[in-house]
Amino acid sequence: MLINHPLLGPRDAQEFIYLGDARLIDRPDWQAADAQEQFFEYTYLRDNPAGEHKELWFHEYGDRSWLVVTRNTVTHEITHVELASEAARARGRSK
Amino acid sequence: MTQKLRLDGGRLDRTKALNFTFDGQAFQGYEGDTLASALMANGVRLIGRSFKYHRPRGVFTSGSEEPNALVELRSDARQEPNTRATVAELFDGLDARSQNRGPSLRWDPLAINDLFSNFLTAGFYYKTFMWPKSFWEKLYEPAIRRAAGLGSLSMQDDPDEYDKGFLHCDLLVIGAGPAGLMAAQIAGRAGARVIVADEDFLMGGRLNAERQEVGGMAGHDWAASVVSELHSMDNVRVMPRTSIIGAYDHGTYGAVERVQDHIHTPVSGKPRQILWRIYSKRAVLCAGATERPIAFPNNDRPGISLAASLRAYANRWATAPASRVAVFTNNDDGHRTAADLMARGVDVAAVVDVRQKAAKLSDARLIAGAQVIGTKGRQGLKSIRVRHSDGRLETISCGALGVSGGWNPNVHMTCHQNGRPVWDEDIAAFVPGADLPPGMSVAGAAKGLFTTTDALRNGAEEASAILSDLGFASGGATELPQADDAAYEHEPIYHVTHGKGRAWLDLQNDVTVKDVKLAHQENFRSVEHLKRYTTLGMATDQGKTSNVGALAVMAELTGKSIPETGTTVFRPPYTPVTVGAFGGRSVGAHYRPIRKTPSHKWAEENGAPLVRAGNWLRARWFPKSGETHWRESVDREVMHVRSKVGICDVSTLGKIDVQGADAAAFLNKVYANGFAKLAVGKVRYGLMLREEGILYDDGTAARLGEDHFVITTTTANAALVLRNMEFARQCLWPDMDVQLISTTEAWAQFAVAGPKSRELLQRVVDEKFDITNETFPFMACGELSVCDGLRARLFRISFSGELAYEIAVPARYGAAMWRRMLELGKDLDVIPYGVEALDVMRIEKGHPTGRELDGTTTALNMGMERMVSRKKDSIGSVLDQREGMIRTDGLRLVGLKPVNTSETFTAGTNLVNDGAEIVINNDQGRVTSACFSPSLGHCIGLALLKNGDARMGEVVRVVSPAQNTDVKVEVTTTHFFDPDGGRLRA
Repeated sequence: MLINHPLLGPRDAQEFIYLGDARLIDRPDWQAADAQEQFFEYTYLRDNPAGEHKELWFHEYGDRSWLVVTRNTVTHEITHVELASEAARARGRSK
Repeated sequence: MTQKLRLDGGRLDRTKALNFTFDGQAFQGYEGDTLASALMANGVRLIGRSFKYHRPRGVFTSGSEEPNALVELRSDARQEPNTRATVAELFDGLDARSQNRGPSLRWDPLAINDLFSNFLTAGFYYKTFMWPKSFWEKLYEPAIRRAAGLGSLSMQDDPDEYDKGFLHCDLLVIGAGPAGLMAAQIAGRAGARVIVADEDFLMGGRLNAERQEVGGMAGHDWAASVVSELHSMDNVRVMPRTSIIGAYDHGTYGAVERVQDHIHTPVSGKPRQILWRIYSKRAVLCAGATERPIAFPNNDRPGISLAASLRAYANRWATAPASRVAVFTNNDDGHRTAADLMARGVDVAAVVDVRQKAAKLSDARLIAGAQVIGTKGRQGLKSIRVRHSDGRLETISCGALGVSGGWNPNVHMTCHQNGRPVWDEDIAAFVPGADLPPGMSVAGAAKGLFTTTDALRNGAEEASAILSDLGFASGGATELPQADDAAYEHEPIYHVTHGKGRAWLDLQNDVTVKDVKLAHQENFRSVEHLKRYTTLGMATDQGKTSNVGALAVMAELTGKSIPETGTTVFRPPYTPVTVGAFGGRSVGAHYRPIRKTPSHKWAEENGAPLVRAGNWLRARWFPKSGETHWRESVDREVMHVRSKVGICDVSTLGKIDVQGADAAAFLNKVYANGFAKLAVGKVRYGLMLREEGILYDDGTAARLGEDHFVITTTTANAALVLRNMEFARQCLWPDMDVQLISTTEAWAQFAVAGPKSRELLQRVVDEKFDITNETFPFMACGELSVCDGLRARLFRISFSGELAYEIAVPARYGAAMWRRMLELGKDLDVIPYGVEALDVMRIEKGHPTGRELDGTTTALNMGMERMVSRKKDSIGSVLDQREGMIRTDGLRLVGLKPVNTSETFTAGTNLVNDGAEIVINNDQGRVTSACFSPSLGHCIGLALLKNGDARMGEVVRVVSPAQNTDVKVEVTTTHFFDPDGGRLRA
């Protein structure tokens, strides 16, 4: 597979480490009343879609960027790649 | 031995005679021969024995689809089993042998299997060798393996080198027949970066095997002229002897180039084969088509081959299969074989055509509306039995029979990404479906276009469409050369219905029509079940000549159509790939990288045994002369460090530099304990949790400045910790002002431990820096200089429990620093110590390592629950409070010492209560670390014991049924040595 790195252009998937669902960006609030329940879901529960999936890839043998890759799990077609830091900010994460 | 069946002409270089042997007998062939063609020219028909029944077998095809003619090539370490003789390029001195046979190829006692074939049908092994159970491993399996094996391995290391490489192109052309050459020529002329690959050593595909003209010249001459033009273009890479093995994601293709398979002794320093990864913008599959057989009784005898293969042997390799040949066909193409053989002076006894209205297309005798229903000739064909349309039977003597049941497009690679082929009724064959791998086009016979004219035209069309997509100006109209365009007339038939005896569908796996019927009868009707039950379509040929025939038989039995019956999934590789090619250079010492510590050379010079820690090599101990047992060395090193001073290379620990205004806040997130209030110039031990609350790493964080920390990780987790910290930084807290970089390789770091360690360091550290206990106490750190101005970092931390430091210098000074400390400390009696002594001392102090942080344990298990801050958010601090993880009677880390101090135990053992039976339900925990403590004079251990902290002083047992261990031990604190820590604060 080739991943079109937003900073470096197309790179072979071998340069990356795969993590999984990009919802791992949405880490719950530790002080929420149901924090344990939320963290349980965050840590263990994943959708397993046949089709489009946003997922986290780490350019370990490259520039160490975490990327959010939108990949079709059936065809492996990659339709979008963005820096995870930007995706995280867009989802309201900050400090 | 003369080449008695050699004809005139062909694509051979007759000035280059090549000597070779087959089963020890000497033969001669010419450059341009394959092993199969050279054997055929020499009249050798019997090449091997079949897999299951040990039936005599010969050459069936002229290409990579060969199911039958599997041989061993070369000898000694280069011995290569299961090679298809049809693709083995002949070279001078080739040593080839038949395989899967008895004492000789002609006399094979296991051919008795053939007489018992009624019992050896599909599923035989599953049904027969079920009992007694104990017989399987010792009797049945070894016997079956011997009988059913194919070639044998040399059991020696492969002396040749293999390599891997990467290529990029605009257009990859797969196959260099008429369609492929046409596509490559157009794309090359348009200036595109083209790779054209073909598995054959002579490019041109079927053009080399036919007598047809192309563009007013012999087809093979036209092919040679195009190949020559392609060679002359800088933008075209021509790759003969290169098999494209798979179509992978995003236009990536795998290829194996057999660089030196055709050379007697491969040139050292050059690869034997290269596994290429080809990145293409577009690809055009011009893989051609494979002829399919018709099944009839005893259709597996040596001398029976595919008709077009016989034509290839005659036209390209100038050899007749026998002096008298017959053809059995259901289509016009079979007649062409008869015509070509006759044109070369071979006697063609008859063309048997199943079609009642078959036209007479050659001068040979035509028997229309007839079938071949039997053959004779145990070790080579002698005659065929023909059933005429009126039921009359006739025996025709012949030494070879060419069979043509039509053609199957080579659609394999169109299916490598879940694509399914579709059935084309007009040619009664599967053609590529619409769901091709992205970027792939198909041209020519691979698409079901079977005339040369169609192949040339379609190759040109597909290339032009691709070029226009890629934005290349078309290189002007390329005029299509004139070629043959005879129609493909045929009448589908997959097996004959008359005659007695077994009719083979899959020659490689000995699967007959009867086996498919049996599978159907036993309800293994889906294609995938059929394949696994009968083994049809497995092994080196992957059913290239057999799959469709078997499908057709199953379709008949189930009353469904062939497309309804389905196809099996085609997976890479298209043809077999040697393990050597996949391994490339990653063999032996190069299997994985080796990382050497700064003191590596010194350790080697001093005879230290080394141990792998990840990719690192670390010294285990440093033997002194006279020491004969590792314990002598390790005990001495421990006692010496505890009484004087020792140094140990700890450079392998992961080091991460953390800088930025939010560095402390960031560490507060990734460590379970607090770091915000750590003073500059101080070090703190830190625990890292996974989000699920499990411990995964520990280390130290030294604050060198307000906005600058240096943290250490365990050796094994260095990369993982950085990855997780980058995740936290980029994905969870993207606006924190913090930067991370691994400095593991940048700094050499040495532990300096023992009562005299300060004294030693004072000789190394430059005078202006005060490292007395008052100004540089336990857990102090600082940047300073050593040896007259070399920058260094000093950390007063202790893993050994002694007064100890870790000193870091830039890695390139590490080796010198190591030697300098040993030099300057001579009168202090300084010694080096290895990782074994390091481990003993940490067990004596009860410090956990990866043995304890084994991916299942929590801070509470370690007795470190108070370190996990509840006043801040950190990774893992929510889920480590889950109900099951905070039970008070859970596992706790404890110390163990034997009641009888002369007894010993090892790690990996289990704990049971005194007096309890050794059964799993009585399990009380496990021993994680154990060693002999020279400081205490007996064995000690760390263990995870149920409710351990409430059981101090209790006697339990360390047991291991596997090792016959059963030792009474007392539960103690983990701090075996200097429990109040006075020594490290000295």
